[in-house]
Amino acid sequence: MSWIDIGHIDEVPLRGARLVKTHIGCIAVFRTAEAEVFAATNSCPHRGGPLSEGIVHGQSVTCPLHNWVFDLNTGEAQGADDGRITTYPVRLEGGRILLDDSAVAQRSAA
Amino acid sequence: MKQRLVVIGAGMASGRVLEHLTDAAPDAFDITLFNAEPRGNYNRIMLSPVLSGEKTYQEIVTHDAAWYAERSIACRFGEKVEKIDREMKVVEGANGHVPYDKLVIATGSNPFIIPLPGHDLDGVIAYRDLEDTQQMMGMGPDNKVVVIGGGLLGLEAAAGMAAHGVDVTVVHIIGHLMERQLDEAAGYLLKKSLEDKGIKICLQANSKEVLGHDGKIRALLLDDGTELPCDLLVMAVGIRPNTALAQKAGLATGRGVHVDDQMLTSDPDVYAVGECVEHDGEVFGLVAPLYDQAKVAAQALLEEEAAFAQKTLSTKLKVTGCDLFSAGDFADAPGREDIVFRDPSRGVYKRLVIEEDRLIGAVMYGDTADGSWFFGLIKDGTNIDEMRETLIFGPAYQGGDTADPLSAVAALPPEAEICGCNGVCKGDIVEAINAGANDLGAVRASTKASASCATCTGLVEQVLQATLGDAFQMPTAQPICGCTDLTHEDVRRLIQGQELKSQAAVWQELGWKTPNGCHVCRPAINYYLLADWPLEYQDDPQSRLVNERKHANIQKDGTFSVVPRMWGGITTPQELRAIADAADKYDVPTVKVTGGQRIDLLGVKGEDLPAIWSDLNNAGLVSGHAYSKGLRTVKTCVGTDHCRFGTQDSTGLGVKLEKILWGSWTPHKLKLAVSGCPRNCAEATCKDIGVVCVDSGYQISIGGAAGMDVKETELLCQVPSEIEAIEVVMAVTQAYRESGKYLDRLYKWLGKVGMDWVKTQVVDDLENRAALVERFELSQSIYRKDPWAEHVRDKAQTYAPIADFTLEAAE
Repeated sequence: MSWIDIGHIDEVPLRGARLVKTHIGCIAVFRTAEAEVFAATNSCPHRGGPLSEGIVHGQSVTCPLHNWVFDLNTGEAQGADDGRITTYPVRLEGGRILLDDSAVAQRSAA
Repeated sequence: MKQRLVVIGAGMASGRVLEHLTDAAPDAFDITLFNAEPRGNYNRIMLSPVLSGEKTYQEIVTHDAAWYAERSIACRFGEKVEKIDREMKVVEGANGHVPYDKLVIATGSNPFIIPLPGHDLDGVIAYRDLEDTQQMMGMGPDNKVVVIGGGLLGLEAAAGMAAHGVDVTVVHIIGHLMERQLDEAAGYLLKKSLEDKGIKICLQANSKEVLGHDGKIRALLLDDGTELPCDLLVMAVGIRPNTALAQKAGLATGRGVHVDDQMLTSDPDVYAVGECVEHDGEVFGLVAPLYDQAKVAAQALLEEEAAFAQKTLSTKLKVTGCDLFSAGDFADAPGREDIVFRDPSRGVYKRLVIEEDRLIGAVMYGDTADGSWFFGLIKDGTNIDEMRETLIFGPAYQGGDTADPLSAVAALPPEAEICGCNGVCKGDIVEAINAGANDLGAVRASTKASASCATCTGLVEQVLQATLGDAFQMPTAQPICGCTDLTHEDVRRLIQGQELKSQAAVWQELGWKTPNGCHVCRPAINYYLLADWPLEYQDDPQSRLVNERKHANIQKDGTFSVVPRMWGGITTPQELRAIADAADKYDVPTVKVTGGQRIDLLGVKGEDLPAIWSDLNNAGLVSGHAYSKGLRTVKTCVGTDHCRFGTQDSTGLGVKLEKILWGSWTPHKLKLAVSGCPRNCAEATCKDIGVVCVDSGYQISIGGAAGMDVKETELLCQVPSEIEAIEVVMAVTQAYRESGKYLDRLYKWLGKVGMDWVKTQVVDDLENRAALVERFELSQSIYRKDPWAEHVRDKAQTYAPIADFTLEAAE
């Protein structure tokens, strides 16, 4: 696994998200706590809502279009909704956000 | 022959090396100890008790002259080491050379001084050694001190000086204190305790410049323009490993001096321990791992087998009366589950973090008695699956009660106001209950609590239950969401009554069951806080739904719509040209005229928003807030300007109202209209607030709707003058802001509080009307501004991706 530096944690608002653009689609990078990040596809499986625009709470995000809630650990939709978003390995090192580069390069295979 | 050992630095780590070495093998080495400070090893972590006066310097000396003499250690204190010559194996001190066979580098760390303009003025210090401590101890009740840094060290410095009566202000760049050890809830409780000790705390505060006079510090200037006058400025913002000497000697260094598991540097005869080292990518600031390193280094010097391994750490703050504990990893790794316990009445907060049936982190405030038990579970990796349900109650507790949903109300003091309309305190209600009022009706009859707007009904019922116990049957009320058992009305009254001014305060004091709410409660709490505490609370964009966060309406394909404001529906050819140019420039697919008398540009890409706003701003156009739960538009007809039936200047009044009300946040969207005569061309009688002009004045009616429900407004009052009409509209808007439930349109609020109540508030009681107007104006002093211009100026980069790999050349 190799890691790509995509930016500093302070560029992502606490309980917010930023977008990473790749050739095969957008990845949302979520900041759930002072030093905690997750990465997942930006697109909600329901109607394609942009998850990076959703409200981030606990370790979950709520889709801004129709309030589907996803657990960012597993990608599973919570409650009555049935669906899953792809999550990507991401980690923090000295304040830098490192994204697994296979997420950027071979997204369709994930 | 004895080997020659030279140690550079007489700190806590090297002190421990010498203890181990001279205990285990008293005759193995001829030891020379250099120290730049003119003294030997003292317990640096006890400087805080020295500062606060709980200990003296003599009590924290670890090794005195006799100790060194007994062990025949040659002390070269107050002498700086100039150079290490590894080829010749010689340490060059200021007063002469010392050859070595083995060398230990323990140069510690340097405090980080923020390179602000003026940082070199007299009176700017770090908090690192005895000299710094003595300078702080010289401060008294007539002095003001600012501490930059709300971490462990900064807070201990602040509390130590506050104990001597010094006026201390802590400036911290992050949104809560000790963010590396605590989460927001614990940080909030800590802030509260410190404020109770008289320490002022400024969060999210950026220091800009140190201001001086005659070479001496005068004040600290923050980047929001605040000036904090001070006689002493303490920077406690972190430490940097002191690697200068090692680096000059050509040893491998990174953030610190590189060492392996035996504390050996890149030179086989040179060891390093303490805060100057970097091991496996980490540097060290707490004392526990330094002692582990010292033991390993001593064993390695004696050619025994030993290896240093990093361990989970726990932290306690050495401030009397602030009981906090933090251990392990509570904010760093995915795949975890939280258990949260809050007891608002005792000011207790506990949070455990669990991963794969193991406890990996714990944060506690207020009651830390079980801290070492939890720390043990973390270190041992104990499987906690069996006791998960009761884990948070600690080792003494298995099975039993859960947190009491009534505890927030039970915790209120008797003088806490429950009913704002009639000024009834909790104590009055309890007294009435004890005198025989045993249901809601009886309490209302005897105290008037909840007898007016009725939004505090839930709280009155909770006081009944808390006082009467099972004798009172609680009606089932709908809580806001799964994060709390309280209703919107309860939370609103408690925010006002308990003066809760941050989201962390609401979560803690009202016993939230989740760490930081959810998408249902967060926008509601954010609204209540900003409406009730406009000056103290800062709007949180991350607690807003996308449209209000991005100041544009999201469309089903993820693009946005942009609607500039047209005051009262009036525009100019120049504005229209600017809108047309923007539509061309940003390839806007649809341009539509709205029902609110303005123009909607639909299909704008999210990344283009700041640019299109900037273009529109340049033509004098501002946000129309077409996305907000706040003032939308004031629709008008042409009135006396052009219409032969017009009785008053309806357009002029509409423009005035829109200029007064714009930017304000309300529980739901707010639409107004002003018609110039009873023919009502502006359709004022189906708006939230409608004004119909007549010959003798202005008829103001409220509670209309033309959406899912269609409703005609009800007449509130008729007033003779335009100025009075404006005041009534402001007052009724403020009344709705203060007591409306989040997401209730004005007509729903009216249905709950009743027209009679609204009339008493804004029509009959002129003093109250003026007070409502004044509170509205206070809030508008913050919110009457163009968010587009602000985002263009401060936040434009957040609309772009953080990284874009599509821009790289394709293979």
